[in-house]
Amino acid sequence: MRRMRTAIVLLLLTLATLLVITINMGMGEYPIPPLDVLKAVLGLGTGEYDFIVNTLRLPRNLVAFGVGAGLALSGAILQGLTRNPLAAPDVIGITHGANLAAVIVIILLPAAPLVALPAAAFAGALLAAAVTYLLAWKGGSAPMRLILVGMGIAAVVHALTTMLLTHGKVLVVNQAMIWMTGSIYGRSWEHLYRMLPWLLLFVPVALLLARHLNALQLGDDLARGLGAHVERYRLLLLLTSVALAGAAVATAGSVSFVGLMAPHIGRRLVGPTQGGLLPTAALTGGLILVTADMLGRTLFAPIEVPAGVITAAVGAPFFLWLLYQNRNS
Amino acid sequence: MQKLEARKLTLAYDGAPVVEGLDLTIPPGRITALVGGNGCGKSTLLRSLARLMKPRGGSVVLDGASIQTLSTKDVAKRLGILPQGPVAPEGLTVRELVAQGRYPHQSWYSQWSQEDEREVQKALCATSMLELADRPLEALSGGQRQRAWIAMSLAQGTEILLLDEPTTYLDMAHQFDVLDLLWDLNRTENRTVVMVLHDLNQAGRYAHHLVAIKDGAIWAQGAPEKVMTEEMVQAVFGMECRIVEDPVTHSPMCVPVSRAHRLRVLPGKKDPAKQG
Repeated sequence: MRRMRTAIVLLLLTLATLLVITINMGMGEYPIPPLDVLKAVLGLGTGEYDFIVNTLRLPRNLVAFGVGAGLALSGAILQGLTRNPLAAPDVIGITHGANLAAVIVIILLPAAPLVALPAAAFAGALLAAAVTYLLAWKGGSAPMRLILVGMGIAAVVHALTTMLLTHGKVLVVNQAMIWMTGSIYGRSWEHLYRMLPWLLLFVPVALLLARHLNALQLGDDLARGLGAHVERYRLLLLLTSVALAGAAVATAGSVSFVGLMAPHIGRRLVGPTQGGLLPTAALTGGLILVTADMLGRTLFAPIEVPAGVITAAVGAPFFLWLLYQNRNS
Repeated sequence: MQKLEARKLTLAYDGAPVVEGLDLTIPPGRITALVGGNGCGKSTLLRSLARLMKPRGGSVVLDGASIQTLSTKDVAKRLGILPQGPVAPEGLTVRELVAQGRYPHQSWYSQWSQEDEREVQKALCATSMLELADRPLEALSGGQRQRAWIAMSLAQGTEILLLDEPTTYLDMAHQFDVLDLLWDLNRTENRTVVMVLHDLNQAGRYAHHLVAIKDGAIWAQGAPEKVMTEEMVQAVFGMECRIVEDPVTHSPMCVPVSRAHRLRVLPGKKDPAKQG
């Protein structure tokens, strides 16, 4: 029954995503009718729109979708792993690590080549997660300790980032702030190709681990009783989550709240069983970010608002609502 | 039948051992109840029998092999454990929970089989949860929820079932409902049941084998008629009591002599409650 429902939800989410991407590609300074957009993508058009659609707008949309899906999947894994609905890569320090590394590169190493930024961000995310994991280890990695230590690391790293920002020059600080907000502006095929290997590797890994995440969700004792290697799978899942969030953040900056919201919406749609939840959350996250990018581009045109501002504007009240919902549990 | 034993078992958390050099054989195909005061080590013992806790010394032996040397998946096919007060993710339905019991029977290449489906259906039937199968757990009463968890353990298909205080947080009717269910499972499917129970009288009614634990050691074990004595209750629970015959089951029943009433009933003394 649930499986049928999941299949329908996945289909509808895919269709909605394709629809929004098509509309998004048609909008902007140079509007293009949806049909012509599709023709250009499929190579059936007159060639008039090929540059705008295929070189500028298509990769940007695909990047937005990939980043959103990565963040959402990362958040869904973390929430299952910690059995805490408030966990997300931007709550337990993963994105903060990426932020700090990126700000170091932008402010202290302005001469660094362009590729250094995403690489540093990715390394920062990984490092923050590793420190969290090691500090939380006490004969085992209890989920609650992971969250608390992660939030502590997030606070410390955020303070360091702020300190760096106050010492930087206005121009570079501005650049750093935009990066920290998260934006899909100007993302090209090159960005997509750099992110894609991570998604192609870790999305299937996440789906393969769904079964173990289900067991872990019942608590360590029950998971062990069911025969799961609790620590092994927790580490693998955490790594997967960090890799996905790291790849996303390295590509688009730290887009906030997608990793928190998408899994919740996913659970509402298909329930908490991970085999259905993970793909649903991923598609939801992709759809959210593509939509946020579209709104950011068009709401105040010709001024473009970064997609991260839109997700934060929606996500922050959502987070408060979640806190309110969880106040008694 | 699978045989579960503890041999020279020593268990400790960080400091001093909770259990030291304990030997215990769980009678196969019977219901065993572990009883004792708070902090006596009965839950710790149960956890280690289920390999959730690594012994500091000695071993837990399942069918002749130390449980630590067996693969955890292999153990999970022979022995199930239901810890105290388990929590399921919000929105999980009974059927989805029970399906988790099939975890040890699956692998990455065979995720869900006909047999899994059959076993889940059987477990739902045995616990009378079929009608509630598609409800989320949080929509159920405490008793129904506990049945759902037991159904999950049943779906695991193990001969031995360990339960840590399966009746806590339940009202009296639901407590007996759960105990009756375990009794039926033992009788009709011949499953070995080992449970930690808080209520001595419930243990006396339902257990074939009663193990009284004090300070991490077995003070007495055997049939409830033999083990449940006034001396045992005094030694293990530090409480004076009378043992009478349960009028319903004819098993031994412990009636506490509480302090307030002991003063009141002693001859020659005035009722302290009525003094000045």
